[in-house]
Amino acid sequence: MFNQFSRWQKILIPVISVILGLIVGAIVMLVSGYNPIEGYTALLSGSLGEGFYIGETVRQITPYIFAGLAVAFAFRTGLFNIGVEGQLLVGWVASVWVGLAFDLPKVIHLPMAILAGAVAGALWAFIPGLLKAKLRVHEVIVTIMMNYIALHLCNYLVRYVISDEQNTTDRVPESASLKSPFFETLTEFSTMHYGIFLALAAAIIYFVVLEKTTTGFELRSVGFNQHASEYAGMNVNRNIILSMVISGAFAGLGGAMEGLGTFGYGFIHGAFSGVGFDGIAVALLGGNVASGIILAAALFGILKQGALIMPLQSGVPTELVEIVIAIIIFFVASSYIIAYLLQRLRKGAK
Amino acid sequence: MDYVIEMLDIRKEFPGIVANDNITLQLKKGEIHALLGENGAGKSTLMNVLFGLYQPEKGEIKVRGEKVKITSPNVANDLGIGMVHQHFMLVDTFTVTENIVLGMEPKKGINIDLKRAEREVQEISDRYGLKVDPKARIADISVGMQQRVEILKTLYRGAEILIFDEPTAVLTPQEIKELIQIFRTLIAEGKSIILITHKLKEIIEVCDRVTVIRKGVGIDTLDVEGTTPTQLASLMVGREVTFKTDKTDSNPKHSVLEITKLNVKDSRGVNAVKDLDLSVRAGEIVGIAGVDGNGQSELIEAITGLRKVTSGKIELNGKDLSSYKTRKITEAGVGHIPQDRHKHGLVLDFPIGDNMVLQTYYHKPYSKYSLLNNKEINKQAKKLIQEFDVRTPSEQTPARALSGGNQQKAIIGREVDRDPDLLIAAQPTRGLDVGAIEFIHKRLIEQRDNGKAVLLVSFELEEIINVSDRIAVIYDGNIIEIVDPKTTTEQELGLLMAGSKNKAGETENV
Repeated sequence: MFNQFSRWQKILIPVISVILGLIVGAIVMLVSGYNPIEGYTALLSGSLGEGFYIGETVRQITPYIFAGLAVAFAFRTGLFNIGVEGQLLVGWVASVWVGLAFDLPKVIHLPMAILAGAVAGALWAFIPGLLKAKLRVHEVIVTIMMNYIALHLCNYLVRYVISDEQNTTDRVPESASLKSPFFETLTEFSTMHYGIFLALAAAIIYFVVLEKTTTGFELRSVGFNQHASEYAGMNVNRNIILSMVISGAFAGLGGAMEGLGTFGYGFIHGAFSGVGFDGIAVALLGGNVASGIILAAALFGILKQGALIMPLQSGVPTELVEIVIAIIIFFVASSYIIAYLLQRLRKGAK
Repeated sequence: MDYVIEMLDIRKEFPGIVANDNITLQLKKGEIHALLGENGAGKSTLMNVLFGLYQPEKGEIKVRGEKVKITSPNVANDLGIGMVHQHFMLVDTFTVTENIVLGMEPKKGINIDLKRAEREVQEISDRYGLKVDPKARIADISVGMQQRVEILKTLYRGAEILIFDEPTAVLTPQEIKELIQIFRTLIAEGKSIILITHKLKEIIEVCDRVTVIRKGVGIDTLDVEGTTPTQLASLMVGREVTFKTDKTDSNPKHSVLEITKLNVKDSRGVNAVKDLDLSVRAGEIVGIAGVDGNGQSELIEAITGLRKVTSGKIELNGKDLSSYKTRKITEAGVGHIPQDRHKHGLVLDFPIGDNMVLQTYYHKPYSKYSLLNNKEINKQAKKLIQEFDVRTPSEQTPARALSGGNQQKAIIGREVDRDPDLLIAAQPTRGLDVGAIEFIHKRLIEQRDNGKAVLLVSFELEEIINVSDRIAVIYDGNIIEIVDPKTTTEQELGLLMAGSKNKAGETENV
């Protein structure tokens, strides 16, 4: 995204966007008759103020990291994976299914269930990858359509295959659960689970694969310039498929975190969860690098979690956080404006 | 005589560099004024200032004696300044007329009055001898005619002062002659011309005066009459330049590349290479001369595995490569300096260091167990940067930030360092200045002297004649003649390239 900008601009632009987003949010609060200081105080205390809230916030951050990594990974290879939402859903259901279908010791069962989520997400992303590579069908179209297929397929599976015409599946047994009694006690019985460690590990894997391996070299090269990659003897089509598959695996893992950790079961979704789509914003704000994605996911987690408490403590409606997020995204997306202002500012200082 | 344009003490800065350091350029009415300088000397910046794309930090511009502020290309148009860009800005699927009137269409009610537009275009075309068919589609006409459409576009908008950015780079010798004739007609009709170029011969042939820029500084403005190419070149580069590439006679040995009955289709599925035979031996440079679009690109793409071979054989040291993928061909010992360095040669957003290992990153020592070894990659990059005089702040600098000449040196370094048995150089000096051209020619000859086979494709006849040991003329997908560079002339080559054989009775020699 920010390739044409210098390193300091790459860091400054998202930071300034966040600050601007918060300022505009404060103005909106003022205009609509709320006290912004009270509002933001409530937001902060509702996300980080107590052990319970911290636990909930961390739990919220976990799938955001995965979704952000998924979007960013594809993006670095020049692909727009809009299907993270769908890949996340199939990962969710697949992991729960494996959790329920087997009776195994935890050392085998839990990794197997997590892996099932990754594989399901990967397969779901393989289809648009294959269509793009072989037939040049645009991945945006296919991934959007695959989201709907995923939503309804998952609902069908939950109702008729995994459960007995119920709205939810059974809880996954302890042997396949990410739930952490330790964290739950530590955070006054929040739903925080072990998933955050997997998310951080995934971010490290993301970094290593993209930046340190020959595979990552090829993926990035194809992302920047397919012609030169072909000239250099790389298999462009293989890299397109591979990138989508890895991206889908990250998304599927995010789903598994929800299925095995946060909820512990699968249920009928009336609509998309939105986590996959928020992943696009997380990746954008995080500049498609691992550390940035973690920070962006943390910000989103804090905002979303704090938004739940804000109306109770300060009367400011939850939707205000959506406005703040939207404005942040707006400023990141229009980064040229900020870069331009920064340049002006620097010139002025001289 | 009055000046139609005066650019006085123009200074333009970009972060970190001064692109134009108080340059003065004065254009007399009715003259052809050359703007000469190396790549990155600041010619384009200066012209973009005149055309309203950049605002100068300092200095003033006067048009016909009046001080003006050119804030956008529209303002430039209104002042009668028109620019013919190096890369044409035409809509391929539109007709000539539609392209010319685009943005200022004559109206009849709410409809475009195409009839009137066509008539007007025809009128201007006749007046300046441009020989353009107003109804032809851009996609169907030659590059030379497309350029004339660009000229027409500026004239239609009432341009009095025409800026040409490297107009001859894409033309055949015959088309260049025609263009020069057009220049003369334009002048006779009272127009003034600024010609951006680094081709010294053209300057001497058509220009009245020349302004030389070096590294953003205006060096001198002088009358062309009485100057020599050598004098201009040393002014431009800042040191003595030799034109004749020094080389000994070739000493060809065994055949390295042997192409027989090769057929290749182009992107539209039409045969572009037809039953082509060609051989390149170790220790010789074979130059392929031809007008763009006669199958050169398809031939190279076929050899390097970027395009499928319909039929025929491509043998490298006796091994048929025609069904191989690019990577296997690269590993078999083929180096390729691609025609379009931005599209194929470099990943512009990668550091220049990573670009140096674009085909070898998966080999030791650059990687081990699939893990990249950045230390070794940077070591290799530093070595090549040093050896091939690539001017870059560091090996971490994105390739995009380098000048064209340095990008090209990086590619050549990468390809030569792999020590391929066959080195294919497609337009290796396109758009480069004298200093860089000299360097690149030396390197190609060095490869030859080391017993490698070199295949050179170029639209520059001078380059072909200077560097090659044998010249193969390509026309309509076939090699129609092999000539000796020592005895041939540009005229003979030009005629052959146009498809006519001048030596009657001589059999096809392939």
